[in-house]
Amino acid sequence: MINRNEILETINMVKNEHFDVRTITMGISLLDCIRPTVKETADAVYDKICYRAKNLVSTGEDLATEYGVPIVNKRISVTPASLVSASFAGHETVIAKALDRAAKTTGVDFLGGYTALVHKGMTNSEKSFISSIPEVLATTEKLCSSVNVGSTRSGINMDAVRLMGEVIKQTADKTADKDGFGCAKLVVFCNAVEDNPFMAGAFHGVGEGECVINVGVSGPGVVHHALKAIPDADLITVAETVKKTAFKITRVGELIATVAAKRLGATQGIVDLSLAPTPVMGDSVGHILEEMGISTVGGHGTTAALALLNDAVKKGGTMASSRVGGLSGAFIPVSEDIGMIDAADSGVLTLSKLEAMTAVCSVGIDMVAVPGNTSASTISAIIADEAAIGMVNSKTTAVRIIPVPGKKEGEYVEFGGLLGRAPIMSVKNTDSSKFVLRGGIIPAPIHGNKN
Amino acid sequence: MRAIITVIGKDKTGIIASVSGMLSKYNVNIEDISQTVLGDYFTMIMLVSLDNASIKFADLVKNAEVLGKESGVEIHVQNEEIFNAIHKI
Repeated sequence: MINRNEILETINMVKNEHFDVRTITMGISLLDCIRPTVKETADAVYDKICYRAKNLVSTGEDLATEYGVPIVNKRISVTPASLVSASFAGHETVIAKALDRAAKTTGVDFLGGYTALVHKGMTNSEKSFISSIPEVLATTEKLCSSVNVGSTRSGINMDAVRLMGEVIKQTADKTADKDGFGCAKLVVFCNAVEDNPFMAGAFHGVGEGECVINVGVSGPGVVHHALKAIPDADLITVAETVKKTAFKITRVGELIATVAAKRLGATQGIVDLSLAPTPVMGDSVGHILEEMGISTVGGHGTTAALALLNDAVKKGGTMASSRVGGLSGAFIPVSEDIGMIDAADSGVLTLSKLEAMTAVCSVGIDMVAVPGNTSASTISAIIADEAAIGMVNSKTTAVRIIPVPGKKEGEYVEFGGLLGRAPIMSVKNTDSSKFVLRGGIIPAPIHGNKN
Repeated sequence: MRAIITVIGKDKTGIIASVSGMLSKYNVNIEDISQTVLGDYFTMIMLVSLDNASIKFADLVKNAEVLGKESGVEIHVQNEEIFNAIHKI
């Protein structure tokens, strides 16, 4: 029989340290749903998703009961909708509504894939598709959207970056009654990955198979708890401890992914081990960094501590599963992390420091609320900065920013649930519009040309 | 399928009897059992087989929860695979 202490340790991880499987995400290809008319296409999209995912939620619940580990979200990701709707420019919302309806029928928490990949250029239909995003996010509930504007291989499409600044502003305005909540469902990527199970940026890449199960595991609380037990250890021991903990967490994801894929008749995809915080106490990435010895996250040393954490998480995860993918690292969404919220509140964690942190962790400027009067070109410039970090470092970066209508620096916005609450952070009072309006492409870095 | 049943709580007379009684009722076979009492804190771990069980796994989990509440202890029933996955390479 398994060692008694190991059994109790596992139970404690769930009971006291907030360990959970954050999401089982079913990736579904919609490429075979394209029909001569938009109505027929929307019907085919709805039917296929409902057929493929009909048992997704109940299977997730069964697995949670059987293994005694909470599975917090069940989600769907689909082929980028810009491809499915390419022949129906101007009528994209018909497809969007079918996707949202399918999400509701299957009972999933979110459906991702209202997505366009325009890192090198935009087709006419993609321009139309991107301009539909504000309306779509304002009129759907469960649909999430993402746009890839750059890559290490192709550079940064600054025309798309400019457009996304405007799209984010319009999305905030159209959802002003909910403090710009639509923007919480919209991610702008550089180097987007095709198998990410986390929202709002999940989509089912065109290189993926018919129907795939990707699993996202979390566990900042478990890592924090493990580090609390070694308060005076040197940093190599800290890294080793994070690695071992990440290994254990990922093994659970691997097990759930294997069983879920089998029961749902899908291909087993990747396990994404991302330390994804929630706003509850004891589930914070910020507090892990503070446990390492930074008095307030955002203070000097934060970037180094985060680099250690992110790398150790990846190493432990890679040992635990041969299918590690997605984003796999540490997330730093401000509104979803109690440590980050407090640090932003105290003024120690600023947008500039967050930007530096994104150079060494797995995502980017995430769930950051800024004043409602922030201009579209400033938002575009923030996106360009993030995309540059991703492009040059050959990593994924993302921007999920909310210019909260009518609010200014120092005020708060409450999104509730997993999305939490955020203090409105200050942006620099400078003008980047000339740079943004130049348009064109920022060329790919020399090391992007690896052939 | 095999499962691990963990009973954690304050020690009191009859805990083992009530848990094993429930398992016997549904033909769940106990393959291994160990228990310790530290102070007045009680931990029992059982390895059980459900191969011939007359109850669905999810129902066993529910019944165990109810029994735990009645007895003032915590009872977890989990598929054994989760522990193997985490602790064995």
